[in-house]
Amino acid sequence: MVNHYYNAEDLGKFGNISEFQKPLADKFFAWYSEVFAEGNLSAREKSLIALAVAHAVQCPYCIDAYSSDAFEKGWSEGQMMEAVHVASAIKGGAALVHGVQMMNKVKGIAM
Amino acid sequence: MKSLKAQHHLLADAHEQIEILEHGIDHNETLKLIPFQQKLESSALYPLTPTALEIFQVNVGKMCNQVCKHCHVDAGPDRKEIMTRETMQQCLDILAVNASFKTVDITGGAPELNPDFRWFIKEIKKLDKHIIVRCNLTIILANKKYNDLPEFFREHHIEVVSSLPFYSKDRTDRQRGDGVFEDSIKALQMLNAVGYGMEGSELKLNLVYNPAGAFLPPSQISLESEFKQALKKDFGISFHSLFAITNLPISRFLDYLLKSGNYERYMEKLTAAYNPAAAANVMCRNTLSISWDGFIYDCDFNQMLDLKVDCTSKHISQFSKDVLIHRNIVVNQHCYGCTAGAGSSCGGAVI
Repeated sequence: MVNHYYNAEDLGKFGNISEFQKPLADKFFAWYSEVFAEGNLSAREKSLIALAVAHAVQCPYCIDAYSSDAFEKGWSEGQMMEAVHVASAIKGGAALVHGVQMMNKVKGIAM
Repeated sequence: MKSLKAQHHLLADAHEQIEILEHGIDHNETLKLIPFQQKLESSALYPLTPTALEIFQVNVGKMCNQVCKHCHVDAGPDRKEIMTRETMQQCLDILAVNASFKTVDITGGAPELNPDFRWFIKEIKKLDKHIIVRCNLTIILANKKYNDLPEFFREHHIEVVSSLPFYSKDRTDRQRGDGVFEDSIKALQMLNAVGYGMEGSELKLNLVYNPAGAFLPPSQISLESEFKQALKKDFGISFHSLFAITNLPISRFLDYLLKSGNYERYMEKLTAAYNPAAAANVMCRNTLSISWDGFIYDCDFNQMLDLKVDCTSKHISQFSKDVLIHRNIVVNQHCYGCTAGAGSSCGGAVI
């Protein structure tokens, strides 16, 4: 057992999850590959969405994979950073909008 | 920026490049890659042999008005290797008696810089061959005397294949030099103006995409539609097809890979993406590549690594169709570049 939680090489071993449970892994990878195929959204657009979500869920494997993928699919550094800001704004906003809940509570108990 | 040759760079020596490709950085075998030959064996393709002799690709010289960072030719204004009219005549003599060569593919450097370029084109046309010119676009604007190239191309029904690494200025200029994007756009508009690249037009204008960095090209079909949309919308430009070409680890692109610390990862990426279907369709199976001094190679990449054809017909003065069609194609680790993913050739993806 390694003494750290994340290892860059593990990204390449993602497919190995089928070792412990093959049918579910097969379904996941088939679904995953269909999700990212050309559809009503282009594979290129999906890659940028994936990059933003990767930051929102703070997954280092996904950030590694979709930083390369989005750049390879032609998104510029500026566009990619704006996508990260969109993810961050939603994450920040999600925390902040709960301030209303806090205000409701405090106003309910305050004299 | 000077060429590697003018810098007396270690990588200007083809032998040194092959040492790195075969034995890794510092030749110390740290990178263990399956030999390409072994991969071909596993696909029942070794030895790799020609299927036909259809495309006669001529590199008429290494001189170029640009110094692109990824150039496998190490071309530039300081390169003086230029094909002479005598060597061109030898090529014409071969083409005149070998009907199987349907296409003559002219490359460089910037081929238009060869003083006998127009003469050569006119003479090939008399032999009724299809002609492709690999035009870097900016040459059209480099000097007044080249401004009429679009008309010259049209007059001789040339297929124009031009590099445009991306439909944005930033990515193009990073690879090809400052100002290249703007001049390329102007040149494309000049080609469109004489009828090149228009829908239904027989005047073919095809573009070449190659990645501006250590990664493989994305899907050629998707990229083509993005290029078409963006160039039409932003600049009113039309073109026919987009060829997505993988950068091979040769010369200046090899130098970039080594300097940026990407060499080993890139080679692993190419190897992992090996595709037997792409290997079966590699361009060296129906192409011969001729250097400025008349030597014969399996492809332009082997030419730059000085890997001549493995047969007795090594120079156009010894040209024998029978010997060449029965040769074994010379392969090495750089060949992974043409067999990765959807494959790569001078005509883009191969599957």
